[in-house]
Amino acid sequence: MLSRTADNIYWLARYVERADCLARILDVAQRLSYLPVTYGGSTNEWSSVLLTAGCADAFIEKHGPIENATEENVVSFLALDPENPTSIRNCFEVARTNARSVRTALTSEMWDAINASWIELRGFPDRALTREELTRFLAFVKETSLRFDGAMHRTMLRNDAFWFARTGVHVERADNTARILDVKYHVLLPDEEKVGGPLDYFQWSSILRSVSALTAFHWVYRDSVKPWLVADLLILNRAMPRSLASCYENLTNALDDIADLYGRQGPSQRLARSIRARLTNQTIDDVFHTGLHEFITDFISDNNKLGAEITDQYLI
Amino acid sequence: MRRIFDEMSGEDGDIRPAYETLSAWLDKVPREVLDQRRKEAEFIFRRIGITFAVYGEQNSQERLIPFDIVPRIITNTEWAGLAKGLEQRVKALNLYIKDVYSKRDVLRAGIVPEDLVYKNPAFRPEMNGQRVPHDLYVHIAGIDIVRTDPDTFYVLEDNARTPSGVSYMLENREIMLRLFPELFSMHKVAPVDKYADDLLATLKSLSPRGGSEPNVAILTPGIYNSAYYEHSFLADKLGVDLVEGRDLFVKDNVVYMRTTEGPKRVDVIYRRLDDDFLDPLAFRPDSVLGVPGLMSAYQAGNVTLTNAVGTGVADDKAVYSYMPDIIRFYLGEEPILPNVPTWRCREPEHLKYVLDHLEELVVKEVHGSGGYGMLVGPKSDKAQIEVFRAKLKHDPDNFIAQPTLALSTCPTLVDEGVAPRHVDLRPFILSGSDRVRIVPGGLTRVAMKEGSLVVNSSQGGGTKDTWVLDACARRARAPQT
Repeated sequence: MLSRTADNIYWLARYVERADCLARILDVAQRLSYLPVTYGGSTNEWSSVLLTAGCADAFIEKHGPIENATEENVVSFLALDPENPTSIRNCFEVARTNARSVRTALTSEMWDAINASWIELRGFPDRALTREELTRFLAFVKETSLRFDGAMHRTMLRNDAFWFARTGVHVERADNTARILDVKYHVLLPDEEKVGGPLDYFQWSSILRSVSALTAFHWVYRDSVKPWLVADLLILNRAMPRSLASCYENLTNALDDIADLYGRQGPSQRLARSIRARLTNQTIDDVFHTGLHEFITDFISDNNKLGAEITDQYLI
Repeated sequence: MRRIFDEMSGEDGDIRPAYETLSAWLDKVPREVLDQRRKEAEFIFRRIGITFAVYGEQNSQERLIPFDIVPRIITNTEWAGLAKGLEQRVKALNLYIKDVYSKRDVLRAGIVPEDLVYKNPAFRPEMNGQRVPHDLYVHIAGIDIVRTDPDTFYVLEDNARTPSGVSYMLENREIMLRLFPELFSMHKVAPVDKYADDLLATLKSLSPRGGSEPNVAILTPGIYNSAYYEHSFLADKLGVDLVEGRDLFVKDNVVYMRTTEGPKRVDVIYRRLDDDFLDPLAFRPDSVLGVPGLMSAYQAGNVTLTNAVGTGVADDKAVYSYMPDIIRFYLGEEPILPNVPTWRCREPEHLKYVLDHLEELVVKEVHGSGGYGMLVGPKSDKAQIEVFRAKLKHDPDNFIAQPTLALSTCPTLVDEGVAPRHVDLRPFILSGSDRVRIVPGGLTRVAMKEGSLVVNSSQGGGTKDTWVLDACARRARAPQT
């Protein structure tokens, strides 16, 4: 297929995924902000939202120092602000522009999922949303990604276009999960004094919620929420769809499918395999032993490297 | 003034046979149902993303072309005559362009004045002596047809560069089939969906390489082009890649596209990009839409461009006025489809006549298109006419004039109900190395405003589904309901 087509599909999938992640982050932050401070509600929650979303620089440019972050300005900045290049609104814009460029490579159901949401998005106002509007908006965003993913799975041929889309989804998802961990890693570090306090419970469970994993946690561990188990679930557990291990399992499979079709392995396949090996050959104790923060920082940089390798190998 | 011919109720109000069933149905169906279907149609168009852009308008990046749900009906006898005339016309266009870029018999015989070729901005000296596969230049033509009475179809305009609109012809039919299955069950309508197959067969027949399966691509200027939807629609229907200039490169005079598996050779390019932008090395150096080296690959015979480069030399409105003579000259036949009488303002007597009769004429720019830069005398006030008079005097060569034709009307759903509105027709003619293919019908454009003669989508015109009907399809009995 055309390299540009592959590129558009890859980024289309990434932006839909990104919008979904932003919606989850906002959802959780809003939930935390309802809590009294003694239960983990924190005054700087909104600046950490900006960090997780990777939008701190753009925010500072528009609103000044990050301490200025409030619920109102962060929500409008991340949700609908046309000036924020990675607001949910702009994610949808970019996703649709990409989709429009490669309509021929999409099924009509996929196009419909994206185009219909883009049309619906225009019904939301530019001003700050009320809490009810925001709830409705976030539900709409998550539904869009469900529809889009569903359409992709149900209607696309299993060929390179499909695998490039899957590659985009998982590079983006891995990045988002890693960012959530990066911003919140300190609450996962073992600290004997605090363990079991209400503050941590809400922090930890909010991390789980941000990746839709609170119920999954209980099914997997049949235990109360503990920080190392949260880390284990999000980093190493292959059964958890948003874990780094699961993302890399899917990534290596998609990249291998592409390599099989084209009859040639390349640097992106090799890099994906080596990152995956690191996620399968370690226990969570090893990770904590070598340092959770370093582990996550390295992962984010490796994941970015993989994105660059994929681009070099296929997309230009 | 003459009565206007309505294609449903004729000149005297008697329903014409082909429209009997439709007319009875329109009388019966409640207005709310029509409005409801119209809304549904609009919803589907927007949902599918069948939009176009109007240049020079702010904030209107994507607009819908109004779609009228009342079909236009042409009988198959009428169509047979039209199709013959269209094929003749396109044959003559191809012979003319070939001649213009080789022996130029037509100039020597004094049929067409030399400066209409040499001073024509669409004339491409690069094409002199250049052979193209099967001597075909205009592989995809759109010939605009208007009608004034039951028996007369005029050619209004030849489009020999990159005529658009065929996606509307196809989508209009799809939508009508969804919205009005009962109407189709009452009529025998010739299908149009074979167009994609026909186009692909035509393009493949033009491959410069024998043997292997030709690689065909559609070249688009990109998503901001007003016809982008059509480009992607066609690529999809044909199952070929939709490429932009940056997806292609030329090495050793061979064109390749950049794919995820490395370079892949391209044999036929259906380009929806004007000559000027094709190749920054050969034409406009500032074009970022084109492919450097494409023209030399083309000249080396390693790739076919459809339509050929330089076909614009045959489709401006000044050359148009010579088409009847061009047909006689190359084919030795009388034109089957007449031209609209045309005054060439480049000729002093014609200019004088035009200046004296501006109030009753339509004056058009020779190289204009899309309904821009024209004067419709009877619809203009004194001031507008005077502005145009000055333009005309300043540069008479740039204009032609035609009588204001009493264009036929078709029943159309507007705010006041079903009312007659003026229409034209653009059939699409495909010329391959094996044969000419024409899908029955074409795109009917309709001026939605009462009395308006301007059907261009950029001026608020709409479209209709066009039905070519078996003459014997009249049903004696109304369907049971």
